[in-house]
Amino acid sequence: MSEKVLMKGNEAIAEAAIRAGCRHYFGYPITPQTELAAYMAKRMPKIGGTFLQAESEIAAINMVYGVAGTGKRVMTSSSSPGVSLKQEGISYIAGADLPALIVNVQRGGPGLGGIQPSQSDYFQATKGGGHGDYHLIVLTPAGVQEMADLTALAFDLADKYRMPAMLLADGTTGQMMEPVVLPEEQIHTVEKPWAVTGTGMKRPHNIINSLYLKPEELEEMNFARFRRYAEIEENEVRYESFLMEDADVCVVAFGIAARVSKNAVVAARAEGIKAGLIRPITVWPFPKKALACAADKVKGFVSVELSMGQMIEDVVLATGNRRPVMLCNRAGGMIPTPDGVLDSIRKMNGGAEL
Amino acid sequence: MTTQILIAGFGGQGVLFAGKFLAYKGLLEDRQLSWLPSYGPEMRGGTANCSVILSDDPVGSPIVSKPDVLIAMNLPSLDKYENDVVPGGEIYVDSTLIARKVARTDVKVYYVPSTQLAKDIGAPTLANMVMVGKLLKENAAVSYDNLEAALKKVVSARHQDLMEINLKAINTGYNY
Repeated sequence: MSEKVLMKGNEAIAEAAIRAGCRHYFGYPITPQTELAAYMAKRMPKIGGTFLQAESEIAAINMVYGVAGTGKRVMTSSSSPGVSLKQEGISYIAGADLPALIVNVQRGGPGLGGIQPSQSDYFQATKGGGHGDYHLIVLTPAGVQEMADLTALAFDLADKYRMPAMLLADGTTGQMMEPVVLPEEQIHTVEKPWAVTGTGMKRPHNIINSLYLKPEELEEMNFARFRRYAEIEENEVRYESFLMEDADVCVVAFGIAARVSKNAVVAARAEGIKAGLIRPITVWPFPKKALACAADKVKGFVSVELSMGQMIEDVVLATGNRRPVMLCNRAGGMIPTPDGVLDSIRKMNGGAEL
Repeated sequence: MTTQILIAGFGGQGVLFAGKFLAYKGLLEDRQLSWLPSYGPEMRGGTANCSVILSDDPVGSPIVSKPDVLIAMNLPSLDKYENDVVPGGEIYVDSTLIARKVARTDVKVYYVPSTQLAKDIGAPTLANMVMVGKLLKENAAVSYDNLEAALKKVVSARHQDLMEINLKAINTGYNY
């Protein structure tokens, strides 16, 4: 096993991607994810990989599209405004059924917004930020170790299901340092018979495309894709359950919000309130069943978010409106405090209106 | 035990560096820890701060909102964070740059003229490490152990010649 090292979250993503066999990175600098690109700029040339600072985010995502078509592991990273620019390309990659990794180290918005941490791209990430019917597999790291582990997982899942995956991080997890055990170097061996790698005059051409002018054909492509999505919703949901066994109040939070919430849950327990936490690790697929089960037992839910309340809609849907769901949030680059979350837990425990 | 440390000062005072040193020391001691810098425009000339949490248990939120230890390297930092320190906590004040006294009476206060001490040993940029030395002396959560090893990790490979002066700065604070 490799030794524990101290790394920034952004750097851990970069190193984990390299170890997962990614040799192609295209990006454009933006705070607060720039360390990731800087790490790639330093390392890629030394290991025979490509680091390319494109002329724009749009160019970068289309370079990703190109390499993804060859079956090589490829990624790009940016922060919120930059990820908005990439949406057209992401839709094309999804439409062409190609694996790739897109990292969003979120900052406050909308518009140019600010540079402090945020989770306000949740809708964009989980509901299809570009045009058309599609999903990304969306993983949400809550610390530096997960920045590394989920990067490796994202590449594997993207390959397995032939679709783009997104790591939905935020400025805090990107900038913070924590001890991390980096994943082992991985030799990536998924067969990709669809890749455009030259026919060697031995097989028909593979064509990578997202254009289907016959509606029957395009409909069937959509149906087939959604059968795959159903399989993912069945098999790839990941979440952490913390002190939920006897919980009366269920806090739901991901990423940095979950870290803050954990403190609040512990504090609530100390004053005799049975609080627990469900931390989605995949936000698409969303842990619907875990929340539906929790709704059988708890008084209510508190959705803690660094946004005006986006994930809360999925919490309400998953729990079928059977229990009250309260929002505890900060926005624009501000972060909820453990005291703020504790306050919401107390209110929910005291009984809130449905 | 969990110790939440907030180091705050002007950009350029080595606030992040001091935090990194403590983080690496924690790593070498196999502790749970987190290091979170302020980032953005305030780094360039304004105030900078960094949150370091050292713990025996997994670290929850990496954001220090109620520090056990505040290291204030300038007046705006003391003004801003003095009231956030937990009762019974510690405040380390650079008394070269901060003329006023700490108003709180429920915390331990250490006045160290670290900027002056750093100048005196010919290392005017190392007031941060002088302060770290004092912290190592006074705070039970961080020991004098693993000093050189941790320093080696934070002083970049190109500047290992600066090891000695950093050590000297730490010892100056430690013995103050």
